[in-house]
Amino acid sequence: MSQYVLRRLLIAIPSLLGISLVLFVVLALAPGDPFSELATNPNVPPEVAAALRAKFGLDDPIYLRYLHWLSAMAHGDWGFSFVSRMNVDALILQRLPATLYVIGSAQILALLIAIPVGVYAATKPYSLFDQIANVLAFVGFSLPTFFTGILFILIFSVTLDWLPFVYSSDIKATGIRWVLEMIRQAIMPVAVLGLFQAASMTRFVRSAMLDVIRLDYVTTARAKGLGQAKVIVKHVMRNAMIPVVTLIALQMPAVFGGAIVTEQIFRIPGIGSLLISSILSNDTPVVMAVTFVFACLVVLFNLIADVLYGWLDPRISLR
Amino acid sequence: MAPLLEIKGLKTHFSTDDGILQAVDGVDISINRGETLCVVGESGCGKTVTAMSILKLIAMPPGRIAAGQIIFEGRDLVPLTSNQLDEIRAKEIGFIFQEPMTSLNPVLTVGEQIAESLRRHEAVTKKQALERTIEMLKLVQIPNAEGRVHNYPHQFSGGMRQRVMIAMALACKPKLIIADEPTTALDVTIQAQILDLLQDMKERFGMAVMLITHAMGVVAETAQRVVVMYAGKVVEEAGVDELFGDPRHPYTQGLIRSIPRIDLDSEHKTRLEAIGGSVPILINPPVGCRFAPRCRHAMSVCTEKEPLLREVSPGHRMACHLGDTQLGAAP
Repeated sequence: MSQYVLRRLLIAIPSLLGISLVLFVVLALAPGDPFSELATNPNVPPEVAAALRAKFGLDDPIYLRYLHWLSAMAHGDWGFSFVSRMNVDALILQRLPATLYVIGSAQILALLIAIPVGVYAATKPYSLFDQIANVLAFVGFSLPTFFTGILFILIFSVTLDWLPFVYSSDIKATGIRWVLEMIRQAIMPVAVLGLFQAASMTRFVRSAMLDVIRLDYVTTARAKGLGQAKVIVKHVMRNAMIPVVTLIALQMPAVFGGAIVTEQIFRIPGIGSLLISSILSNDTPVVMAVTFVFACLVVLFNLIADVLYGWLDPRISLR
Repeated sequence: MAPLLEIKGLKTHFSTDDGILQAVDGVDISINRGETLCVVGESGCGKTVTAMSILKLIAMPPGRIAAGQIIFEGRDLVPLTSNQLDEIRAKEIGFIFQEPMTSLNPVLTVGEQIAESLRRHEAVTKKQALERTIEMLKLVQIPNAEGRVHNYPHQFSGGMRQRVMIAMALACKPKLIIADEPTTALDVTIQAQILDLLQDMKERFGMAVMLITHAMGVVAETAQRVVVMYAGKVVEEAGVDELFGDPRHPYTQGLIRSIPRIDLDSEHKTRLEAIGGSVPILINPPVGCRFAPRCRHAMSVCTEKEPLLREVSPGHRMACHLGDTQLGAAP
């Protein structure tokens, strides 16, 4: 098992190299770089700007710049953000907790909704409960988060004034008040992201359950007199969760992508809003680093999906 | 003595988009204690649905027991809820299914799957359940039972899985085993082993066996009594010797004629006879005898009036309009 994980991690290196190359080239081809503003700034003499460009190697050929970036990365130097005036790794670490908090809570909320609803709907297909769950699921994943997010803000912040609509990373409170305030301000983004996730996940869970529920071994379990609840949990769910867990793990990178939008709406100072603001301000090192982190997440969650699959399904041995 | 299980006028219907499918339409079957009863008939004749109806293992909905009684040890099972039936499932009536490849849960070890039945019905500790499970696996002749008990189904061959299924069905020592084509999915050499094993177990535990099959060879080898089903109805019922020696219903005769014979010498060898046509679709079945369209003896009355099951000799019943003398002389 550990050998399998190690081998998969080694295989990931060439693909990450490939991804970084593509990202780097695309960013290099895009117009603008961190110093393009200096050229139009009348306070900076052209020769100073040129000297700075030369110092940071911005006019070198693209392959030299890539190799330079690569060797720096290999030494743990993620670069320097000219806009925020701090190291990129420190910047990302500063922004990451908010993102993880919101995304993690949203995923937990989604699972807490999707699994019970999906399982119950599948045990009574085409019942009233199932029909209602289906309709809500369709509504849920048809409405984009930027719409529901703004709707929530309108209802719960503007009209009812129950919840803050700007997420603050430095709450002026301590102890239990701080905790409560953190929860209060996360309710809307977590609900928006979590409900959106829950909608599609409910559909996955339901269909995975329905695939298993009519199989022969479920009849065998019924013939043992185990009772509906035990048959469903031990025999049906255990098998139905195999594809669901894999799907959820594979979806995680997309969840991070979706969080970018949600973070923009609720002004969450997370990694997603960092990416957007960096793109807008031509902060290439940050854009490069954040997109590269996303790429690593994709590779990592693929590996997690495969490991989970092998763990859940004894027919698959990871060698 | 009252029979162990008595099915009276069972009707199991399925609602489909095209109408009500009358899969089982008024079936009477009884099984005595310790006896092996074979239920034969071709695919789609309602054998499996009849068996599954006993413990309500059919999907409901769309399935529904429309009428009839299923009396097991003097108690009618039809009005019982699924929860009440759970007390009878596996403990009183054990089930062996057709497909050993798909009837075991792939993510649980065979030991867990056998033990959970014991733990459900008997007050045993986890350790006792494991010991009993190993004992059962030894009984069904699985080599190295102590080691194999922790294996998953995919680590067993088809024949071994069917042995596991038998061990599972027998674990709580039920009074009746319903085996739904237990050998159909296995190859011929294994089939004989499984049937022998089933026979051994039956003798050891003294239980009754309801063996569903479409192989007449299996019937001849194992049964004491035979019920022949066609299109959701019982068409003939007799002791095994009587049925093979003196089949009365044209369908039974056809079934027996379709058994390949290797004991005849070359001059007596004839082409294997098949029954022409196929089982009718049981949505709005035709009035009269359901076998009439395929019957070589069909008369005008056959398409007008349904033949009722009547006794032609003691313990031998059949449903056909043909008189016994006429049919006895038929080719």
